[in-house]
Amino acid sequence: MSASTTAAPRPERPRLSVLGEKALETLIRLAGVSAMLFVAAIFFFVLREAFPVLANEKFSLTQFLFSTEWYPTSAKNVRYGTFALTIGTLSVTALAILIAVPFGLGAAIYLSEFCAPRLRETLKVVIELLSAIPSVVWGFIGLTVMSRLVVSVTGAPVGVNLLNGGILLALMSVPVIVSIGEDALKAVPDSYREAGVALGATRWQLVWRVLLPAAKNGLLAAVLLGVGRAVGETMAVLMATGHAVNIPGGILEPVRTLTANIAAELGEAPSGSPHYRVLFLTGTLLFLITFVVNLAADFAVRGVRRK
Amino acid sequence: MAGRFAKTPHGLRKERTEALAKAVFGLMASAMILPLLLIVGYLVVLAWPALGWEFLVDVPKNGMRDGGIWPAFVGTLYLVGISLVVSTPIGVLAAIYLNEYAKDSWFNRLVNLAVINLAGVPSIVHALFGLGAFVYAARFGYSILSASLTLAIMTLPVIIASTREALASVPTAFREACWNVGATRWQTIRTVVLPNSISGILTGVILQVSRAAGETAPIMFTGAVFFKAVEKGDLFPYGLGEQCMALSMHLYTLATQVPNVKEALPYATAVVLLATVLLVNATSIAVRIWLRGRKKW
Repeated sequence: MSASTTAAPRPERPRLSVLGEKALETLIRLAGVSAMLFVAAIFFFVLREAFPVLANEKFSLTQFLFSTEWYPTSAKNVRYGTFALTIGTLSVTALAILIAVPFGLGAAIYLSEFCAPRLRETLKVVIELLSAIPSVVWGFIGLTVMSRLVVSVTGAPVGVNLLNGGILLALMSVPVIVSIGEDALKAVPDSYREAGVALGATRWQLVWRVLLPAAKNGLLAAVLLGVGRAVGETMAVLMATGHAVNIPGGILEPVRTLTANIAAELGEAPSGSPHYRVLFLTGTLLFLITFVVNLAADFAVRGVRRK
Repeated sequence: MAGRFAKTPHGLRKERTEALAKAVFGLMASAMILPLLLIVGYLVVLAWPALGWEFLVDVPKNGMRDGGIWPAFVGTLYLVGISLVVSTPIGVLAAIYLNEYAKDSWFNRLVNLAVINLAGVPSIVHALFGLGAFVYAARFGYSILSASLTLAIMTLPVIIASTREALASVPTAFREACWNVGATRWQTIRTVVLPNSISGILTGVILQVSRAAGETAPIMFTGAVFFKAVEKGDLFPYGLGEQCMALSMHLYTLATQVPNVKEALPYATAVVLLATVLLVNATSIAVRIWLRGRKKW
């Protein structure tokens, strides 16, 4: 070995730029885990405001969860039962999902299987715009256009009720269901479709017998994310559901949801009062509900990927 | 005449179901779009008498029953601007971590799950968090600062998701080429990955703006107020520690709290809010489509 082949000493980078890079990478890692910190912080701070009420002797957790009596400002006998509100949330969500799922999945199937590429791009843009409409604008639409429509079609005495809120929430969750549902259908390998076509199946048979069973986990996730959106929606239901604490006997009755209740009463509840803390406890409950729903949706999607 | 390729009854039936299925699914898709057009049209028609330049730059008068929306419009600009400044760096760095650094481990799966859950937290819970954390615990009080920070955390997942998509669309071969000439991970990101994805990241930032501009619940209890006296056309009416009006909140107020408001006023406010959000969104979509057409790989 001659000396000429030994490599020249590797040029060193300036110390400062190496250190700078280290610092920046630490920052990137910190930002990376920030989402986790924020989720934890949300839970912590909401629960922290709610916590003292659990020790209050006038408050009982069973009453909070299972009583229908919501009288937070009563002078003699204060009762914090959120059961009617929970039922309100469930009924509006159920109605919305009942309307949104057939339309959303139908539209997703149309987009991914029946539609010409150019039309598909246009429709996807429209769906994206539809999902961008602010919830307060939806609420305003419910209060004005939709409530008149509901009164004139059904003959209900008041237009702001369960039906109104359900339709609005359906319109709001359809874009979620369509875009996630379309992704799920797109994820089915083309070889499945080719095999079906080779056997002489029509596209309808293909959808019904091949694609729906193959994409069912992704479609389930789409529906669950739609549910998550509907449960957490605040402004639209605040303005459009009529705002009466009531277990609805029919779809033309007014209801109040967990979210709307917080939005309506937080402004009037003095900071630190039991009423204020119970509203935060309701927030904790909502956080947990949506957490579970989102987790379930994620598991459903992961099931698809593993296949 | 029955030629060799004449349709059998079975074939005809197949064609009929095919056409029927296409029609039914097509109707379902259009049932989603039609209400949007009808509703927007209806809002615009009712808002028409009040719409105009004067409406935008004038202040509310006569107990908010008349006049314009200037203080609310500027307030929304403030809230969106500050939340953007806070959430963009965090969101972009987080996306860089998730796409460029994170290995497939249980920990990073947890981080992913957290991003998904952060996107799914109801807006009213974000409001409670903002109230508990920024207004009280951090002692920022009811202020633009508290409201913007709440909005920033709420819209973080929007930026993370779209930045990740932009980063992921840069081919791995680009990175490998850069590593092979001896560049470090960060040098590769700075000189190869970011320049090739910067426009995609921009669309995410634009989306964040549209999302933040439309939100009501998170700012309602952290810094937005029903009314604040502001000079007509004043561009800098608010300080960081003050409360402000906001378009979305203003629409809620006009629609539910102010009696005998001039009829066209809430409609016009709704149209301005809707137009702002949709325009910003359409810009983001247009940039994306333009980018896709320009991409060489």
